[in-house]
Amino acid sequence: MNHHETAVKTDNFRAWFMDKLLMGMDWPDYMRQLITPFNIIAAIILSIGLPLIAIRFIYGLASVTHASQDYPWGIFLGWGLFGGVPLSATGFVLATAYYIFGFKKYKPLVRLAVLAGFLGYLFAVIYLLCDLGRPWRIYYPMIIGFGTASVLFLVAWHVATYLTVQFLEFSPAILEWLQSKRIRKWALSITIAMTIAGIILSTLHQSALGAMFLLAPGKMHPLWYSSYLPVLFLCSSIYAALSMVIVVSTLAARFLKKAADQTFLSNLNPLTLGLGRGASLTMYVYFVLKLISVAHDNNWALLATPYGQWFLLEIVGFVLLPALILSLGVKTGRVGIVRLGAFAGALGIVVNRINVSMVALNWNLPDHLHHIVPPWQEVAIVLAIATIHVLVFRWILMRMPVIREAPEYTDH
Amino acid sequence: MTQERQEKGAGGLQHGGRRSDSTDQPHGPCGINRRGFLGVMGAVSGSALLASAAEVHAYKQFEGWPDRYGMLSDLTACVGCRSCERACNEANGLPKPKKSFDDGSVFAELRRTDDKTYTVVNRYENPGDPGTPVYRKVQCMHCNEPACATACPIHAYSKTPEGAVMYDPDKCFGCRYCMVACPFGIPTYDYESAFQPRIYKCVLCYDRLKVGQIPACAQGCPTEAITFGKRSDLLRLARERILEHPDRYIDHIYGEHEAGGTSWLYLSSVPFGQLDFPTNLPDRPLVEETKGFLSSVPVVFTVWPALFGMIYASVRHRDALQEELKQEQEKEEERQ
Repeated sequence: MNHHETAVKTDNFRAWFMDKLLMGMDWPDYMRQLITPFNIIAAIILSIGLPLIAIRFIYGLASVTHASQDYPWGIFLGWGLFGGVPLSATGFVLATAYYIFGFKKYKPLVRLAVLAGFLGYLFAVIYLLCDLGRPWRIYYPMIIGFGTASVLFLVAWHVATYLTVQFLEFSPAILEWLQSKRIRKWALSITIAMTIAGIILSTLHQSALGAMFLLAPGKMHPLWYSSYLPVLFLCSSIYAALSMVIVVSTLAARFLKKAADQTFLSNLNPLTLGLGRGASLTMYVYFVLKLISVAHDNNWALLATPYGQWFLLEIVGFVLLPALILSLGVKTGRVGIVRLGAFAGALGIVVNRINVSMVALNWNLPDHLHHIVPPWQEVAIVLAIATIHVLVFRWILMRMPVIREAPEYTDH
Repeated sequence: MTQERQEKGAGGLQHGGRRSDSTDQPHGPCGINRRGFLGVMGAVSGSALLASAAEVHAYKQFEGWPDRYGMLSDLTACVGCRSCERACNEANGLPKPKKSFDDGSVFAELRRTDDKTYTVVNRYENPGDPGTPVYRKVQCMHCNEPACATACPIHAYSKTPEGAVMYDPDKCFGCRYCMVACPFGIPTYDYESAFQPRIYKCVLCYDRLKVGQIPACAQGCPTEAITFGKRSDLLRLARERILEHPDRYIDHIYGEHEAGGTSWLYLSSVPFGQLDFPTNLPDRPLVEETKGFLSSVPVVFTVWPALFGMIYASVRHRDALQEELKQEQEKEEERQ
């Protein structure tokens, strides 16, 4: 190889690198545009959180969490896994609506929903890796031992498989970005199969996360412990997904306008109304299911206790109220109100999952509510991981055709 | 699960000859698994294949290993000397506690087991007799069908035919679901360790059982408050005691039915709820609470592809019909 050829190759690589990774800028320009208020805040959060993550892996969980013999789980799982997974049902719900049920109008949102789902699961696993005592053994349920009677065994297998499925579902966007026509064609051909696989895996592991708590009837508060837990978790994951699509698309349209095309921006308002309608309907169903779960175990009397009032606040303030806000917005056609309802609905999911996994569990131990308050280090780690999540999301949206269509590829 | 646990247990038998007849579950002709096949090939468990038709059950119910051992803790005999704590500490080679085992000041607060303490004795007021407190020993209850084993996604727990619930740190990845699932709060974790954290708990001195010794705490008890024996014998003994001294005991053997029954049984003069025993547990094993959900898995795997595949096909079909209609209309218009 002579010098000339090498030089051409180097130039090609530089052009490719600038085009694909630096979005057409050179290094100095790229670095300059990185200095924004958001990025400075993100850098501060990471400069605190990343060293704490290192401390966790060098000195053990005790160095950064309040994990104890009575309280094995904290917000890594309560927020990251139990909260993160339902909010990441976006890919499953929108892909099913679009590819299977034929809601073709929602095309501009499908890729965004699939990406939100894929990254949501990826980061749920990252929270889990922070929490596992020996994270390097994460593959053990696949190879070393099969605890087939364990609901967590099902969750492990499904989350791992579904992460792969979602990667394949999102891969056409990556391949379009990389201009790999032939592999993209193959990736598109498995879309329907992957979508149906996604339905199977999602319905099962979303409900399984609720079923996990069925094993602890002696430790759970009766208002949250119900044989309905699996169906409650599944039902709420559907409206979590619809709310999250609204949340994510709103943020993308507001802050990453330059990554979006006109199709996305002009369709967003009517599509948001449709999503809001679906979310509110599912929330009403969920609200009634919650009431039936109280009736089923005849726990009405418990509603008059402090825990009962917290339970009422959860289902009225964080389910019924967001549903009513959504309905109001849909009825009057005011997208802003629908967005408000969607943000409240998504927040309500986090409240519910924290309630089930942290507030209701061990409620009868002395000084319980004091014990579930996480130390600042644990919060800082969660904030750091959430920040990386947002940064990765933005990195992909800015580069790959997600909220815009690559002109030469529209057949998906 | 039950079948699997039995196979695992049978493989781990130490006194195989003595107990294998009673522990081998009858296999039907279709029940020939790999282990059974090896049996035909000249290994030891061939007798399992010769089971008569009458022994083949369509409905399988695991009522626990028939000859499993247990412990009977008679709280009315316990004087709170903590000899059991000392014996446990020594037998398991655990680090010495800050306060010595003779130090009664530990009773000032309720203690719990942890990664350096497999058993503790707590003191409670005795409402019936304020002068004499009640002491309660806490340790793994060794459930007949343990929730920790049900929870574990890697099968790191097993219930041995001897009755001990064992834990294998080589399999554990540290999810700590067992700690959430255990109704008695027994599995404990060493959060201090970054590279080799693991669960610690009482294992009924399994190594001592294997060489014919009894668990260290029972051995160390000077007041015979802890009796070691076959669980079935201990239940009989406990019932006799209640019958003979109805004034001394409340009429309940804790552990006979709780969470499906435990190898460790308690007799008490004070209602168990007042001694922090969980009294809100179902009588059936906790695995039953999740069985219904898990049985939906094969249904979802078979019905969903059919259902959603059909919906997809029907939407496509409708689209194709509309397309045909449109083309026909266009042709019609062209003709006119």
